[in-house]
Amino acid sequence: MPDPAVKQSTVESPSHLPPAVRCRNLRKQYRSRSRTVDAVNGLDLEVRRGECFGLLGPNGAGKTTTIEILEGLLDATSGEVEVLGMRWGERDENIRQRIGISLQETRFPEKLSVLEIVVLLRSFYRAGCEPEDVLDSVSLSEWAALWVGKLSGGQRQRLAVACALVGDPELLFLDEPTTGLDPQSRRQLWEIIRNLAAKGRTTLLTTHYMDEAERLCDRVAIVDRGKVIALGSPSQLIATLGGEHVVEFAVADGPASGAVEIDFAGLPAVREVRKEATGIALTVTEPHVAIPALLHKLQGAERSLARLTTRHASLEDVFVRLTGRHLRDEEIPSA
Amino acid sequence: MRKYHPLKELWLARLRQFAREPAAVFWVYGFPLLLALGLGAAFRNRPVDQVFVDVEASPGAGEVADALARWPEFVVGTHSAELCRERLRLGKSSITVIPGNSYTFLFDPTRPESALARARVDDALQRAAGRRDPVQTSERLVTEPGARYIDFLVPGLLGMNLMGGGLWGVGFVIVDMRVRKLLKRFVATPMNRAHFLWSMIGGRLTFMLPEVLIILGAGALFFGVTIRGSWLAIFAVSLFGSVSFAGLGLLIASRAQRIETISGLMNLVMLPMWLLSGIFFSPDRFPAFMQPFVQALPLTQLNSALRAVVLEGASLASQAWSLGILFLWGTISFLGALRWFRWS
Ligand SMILES: Nc1ncnc2c1ncn2[C@@H]1O[C@H](COP(=O)(O)OP(=O)(O)O)[C@@H](O)[C@H]1O
Ligand SMILES: [Mg+2]
Repeated sequence: MPDPAVKQSTVESPSHLPPAVRCRNLRKQYRSRSRTVDAVNGLDLEVRRGECFGLLGPNGAGKTTTIEILEGLLDATSGEVEVLGMRWGERDENIRQRIGISLQETRFPEKLSVLEIVVLLRSFYRAGCEPEDVLDSVSLSEWAALWVGKLSGGQRQRLAVACALVGDPELLFLDEPTTGLDPQSRRQLWEIIRNLAAKGRTTLLTTHYMDEAERLCDRVAIVDRGKVIALGSPSQLIATLGGEHVVEFAVADGPASGAVEIDFAGLPAVREVRKEATGIALTVTEPHVAIPALLHKLQGAERSLARLTTRHASLEDVFVRLTGRHLRDEEIPSA
Repeated sequence: MRKYHPLKELWLARLRQFAREPAAVFWVYGFPLLLALGLGAAFRNRPVDQVFVDVEASPGAGEVADALARWPEFVVGTHSAELCRERLRLGKSSITVIPGNSYTFLFDPTRPESALARARVDDALQRAAGRRDPVQTSERLVTEPGARYIDFLVPGLLGMNLMGGGLWGVGFVIVDMRVRKLLKRFVATPMNRAHFLWSMIGGRLTFMLPEVLIILGAGALFFGVTIRGSWLAIFAVSLFGSVSFAGLGLLIASRAQRIETISGLMNLVMLPMWLLSGIFFSPDRFPAFMQPFVQALPLTQLNSALRAVVLEGASLASQAWSLGILFLWGTISFLGALRWFRWS
């Protein structure tokens, strides 16, 4: 479960400092002979100092494109970007000294050791942390002498985070830090990132895992098709659903559509009804009120239950309500 | 003084990665040695050249064979007409003698050993038939180190190696880093981009020193290649060559996005030099109309300068023309690379 102290701490931005990141009306168009893609399509963002901010969205939403523009690695087609109060193209080296980056994908040389890579990255910064200390903070000290080729996926990802930290940055960019990792490695990385946040470092991360955004981020921007479609703390976003719980069920006899004629929306404590591929999902405020009423209703209609589960509403539900799609659905290429 | 200097760390990373890659070490140091050993053995100048002569089976064949067998240099065989033709075609013999009232020599004048065999066989048969030489001649044999094939070959192999090392060691490594998104990761830091490019060239020059020592050392040790020039001059020429090829490697790698692309480009660039630049035989053999192209190739100039310095002990100053061409290749490539280089 998320640590409520971290999640709900409201971060006061020191008023005399510009925000860590600000971008307005950001656009990026990829043109090729066959088609043009509006990867980022008028995106506004403001990341406050000291907060952990998440860009949450499905694959292809434009998260990597956005974060790489903010990192000064890609040129935007149009729009304004400010990082730590500075613009790219003016004093880039000054910005680079103060930010740390982990790309969505970096394959470090297989035959260099963990420590050698961190030392190499450290040498590029005027000031920074001791490489050994950084490895300690991502629990890699034990593997310092190991070649990268021998590391597990989780260890490689922690090495990438170590490399992002070695310049002791004020602002940290992490692009999909836990994608492709096993649950245990993910939890370990979450722990590391939460510790960073606790030390007051500003972090901007992207993810397509709603649980990751919920657990790590003070504020989340839900991104879809190159735009921010919702913004707020995870609890604020979930609150927009009108109920904090989701009841999912399926009826035993016949397809789900057979049960749809029944009017579930009128049941007490039910705020919303959503037809899913394998059943029906209800957003409810009080499960102990809604469930007995639901069972009663089904009994009246002479239907029996095949499945019934309840869970807390998540950012996934927010995304589904806003777009009608799931976060993990394959993006359908727009013609 | 910084605790970690970026130039030093980049250079160290380069060295470590190379030393930990057995295949790379083999191609740079082991392969040219094997090649030298193989070619050296195949083209060894033998003290007594054996001449393989076939005599076509016919009534006078025994007589001819006996006459030739008196000289130790001839290896004589008597075969049917058909077999003689085939052996000649396959290079198993250099010449066929068809006995008769007059002798007929069957040989391919474009094969040097056949032409030689013709002269020797003719000489031997004329003497056996009672020819008296009007002038007495005598021979004093001189085999000068420096004029043998292996002497010619070793500096050529060194040149070839410096080319391969520069192109692969810089070009391939850079594209590999681009594919891995390492270049992008590096430019996401405050790294000075010039440091990176210098470290690539610095790494190349570091690998060059043992290359020169090993190849020339092995040549001297195993084949008695005499190194007449000063080591300083040899290293200086090698340095010009290495920098020139490192620049070329940088240029070729400046935009390639895939390993397959860079491998193709490398081979495209190296192939004409393997063929034309005088690694295995002198480029002077190419017809005059090709010479401007042949001479403009950097490897031609590197090989020619290496041979002059190593084999003839020529001074650096005398090689100014070759060094100038190498310098031009290096500079133009490097400037082009700076202009075109893509970090992601
Ligand atoms: N270099 C590129 N050329 C063309 N299209 C691209 C390129 N990079 C990304 N895209 C497209 O832009 C969109 C957004 O991609 P990306 O920013 O990587 O999304 P995300 O990181 O959210 O998965 C996708 O449709 C993707 O196919
Ligand atoms: Mg991405």
